[in-house]
Amino acid sequence: EAAELRARLRAVRHTVLVLSGKGGVGKSTFSALLAHGLAADETKQVALLDIDICGPSIPKMMGLEGEQVHQSGSGWSPVYVEENLGVMSVGFLLSSPDDAVIWRGPKKNGLIKQFLRDVDWGEVDYLIVDTPPGTSDEHLSIVQYLSATHIDGAVIVTTPQEVSLQDVRKEINFCRKVKLPIIGVVENMSGFVCPKCKNESQIFPPTTGGAEKMCQNFGVSLLGKVPLDPQIGKSCDRGQSFLAEAPESPATLSYRKIIQRIQEYCEQHHLQEEKIM
Amino acid sequence: AERANLAGVRHILLVLSGKGGVGKSTLCTELALALQHAGKKVGILDVDLCGPSIPGMLRAQDSAVHQCASGWVPVLAGRDKAIALMSIGFLLERPDDAVVWRGPKKNALIKQFVSDVAWGELDFLIVDTPPGTSDEHISTVEALRPCQLLGALLVTTPQ
Repeated sequence: EAAELRARLRAVRHTVLVLSGKGGVGKSTFSALLAHGLAADETKQVALLDIDICGPSIPKMMGLEGEQVHQSGSGWSPVYVEENLGVMSVGFLLSSPDDAVIWRGPKKNGLIKQFLRDVDWGEVDYLIVDTPPGTSDEHLSIVQYLSATHIDGAVIVTTPQEVSLQDVRKEINFCRKVKLPIIGVVENMSGFVCPKCKNESQIFPPTTGGAEKMCQNFGVSLLGKVPLDPQIGKSCDRGQSFLAEAPESPATLSYRKIIQRIQEYCEQHHLQEEKIM
Repeated sequence: AERANLAGVRHILLVLSGKGGVGKSTLCTELALALQHAGKKVGILDVDLCGPSIPGMLRAQDSAVHQCASGWVPVLAGRDKAIALMSIGFLLERPDDAVVWRGPKKNALIKQFVSDVAWGELDFLIVDTPPGTSDEHISTVEALRPCQLLGALLVTTPQ
C-alpha cells in the first residue's frame, strides 16, 4: 500500500500543507490563492487537494461547483480550473452541495487515502493540501500517507486575536510532534483599511501580540500579514481569484509576497536535497 | 448512570455550525452569561476537543477538574463563579498541548463528559461543538439521546 502511494506521488516535486488549529481563519481562501498564484507561471503544474471532508470550500472558491469527477484507465481525473491547475475535493463527489458528509474518522481516512492513491495528478510541481481545522484524523492521516513522498512543510494560518492563537499554538506543537517542518505562519484579517475614509481599524485586535509575538515565542517564521478586504469574501463566493480581480489591493500585495516566500522556501529545500543526493 | 448526572438538567441546547470561526463559542459564552444574569442556573459543556475555547472565554483556563462520588465536578466560572463548565481545556497539562486524537478516543471522552460530570441542578446546559459533522457531533447526539434535547442553535456568518 505504501508502495502504491509512493508510485502515485513520485511525480510530485513539492508538497505544502495548509493548516490551522482554528476554523474560519482563511485556510481555504489561502490555499486557493496560493494555487492560483503558483499556477500563474504556466510552466508549473499545480494540484490543489481539499481534504476537508465535512466542509469542503475549495470547489466553490475555485468556481467549480457542480463539477463531477471522471474516472479513466489511469484513475480519477482532477477537475481542471486551468490547464496547469487541477483540483480534487469531496465536494465533487456529492450529489447535492447541501448534502452533509456525516462520517466518523475511519471513513474520512479511507477517502483521503483514495484521493492520494487513485487520483491521476500526473507530473506536479506543487501539491497544495487544504485541511479542516483541528489536529485529528484528517491531519494524522495526511501526514502518514504523505510520508510516502515528502512534505516540504506546513503553512499555518491564523488571525490576530488570542482565541485563534490559542488553537494555533497547538497546531505548531502538532507539527513538531509529527516532525512536519513549518514553512511559516500567515496572519489573516490583520487590520482593515476603510475604502471610504482610509482609516485603519483592528477588527480582531492582537490583544496578546498577534502572530508576530507567537512566532517569536515559538521560533517560527512569520510569512506575512494580510489585511481584511471585503472583496476577498466576494471573490471567494463567486469562485474567482481575488488576486486577479483586485490586483491593487494591499491584501493582494501581501498574498503575493507570502506566495513568493513559500516558493523560495520550496526551491531552497529542493536544492539542499539535490546537494545531499 | 447516563441519565443520573443529567437528571437535574432541565434544558439541553446544542450550538452548531458546519463552519469554523463563525462565533459558536462566543455565542455559547454570551448566552450562558445572559441566562445567568436572568437568574437561571447554567452550565456549558465544551466538546471541541482540538480547539477548546470555552475555558479562556470565561477566564477559567487555569482551573482543574476534581472528582466527587458521582463523577467529575464541573469548574465554576464567571464573575459569580456560578456557571458550571466542562472542557478538555481543564484536563491538559499545558495549554498549548495539542490533542492529537483519532475518532475513537474522542468518542470515549465525549461519552464521559456526558455521563460522568456531576452537573447537579441546571436550568440550561449549553453544548459547544467544533466545526463539522463528524465524530464529536455524532457521539454527542448519541450520548444525549436518553435525555430530551431542547434543540440546536445554528450559527453562521453572511458569506
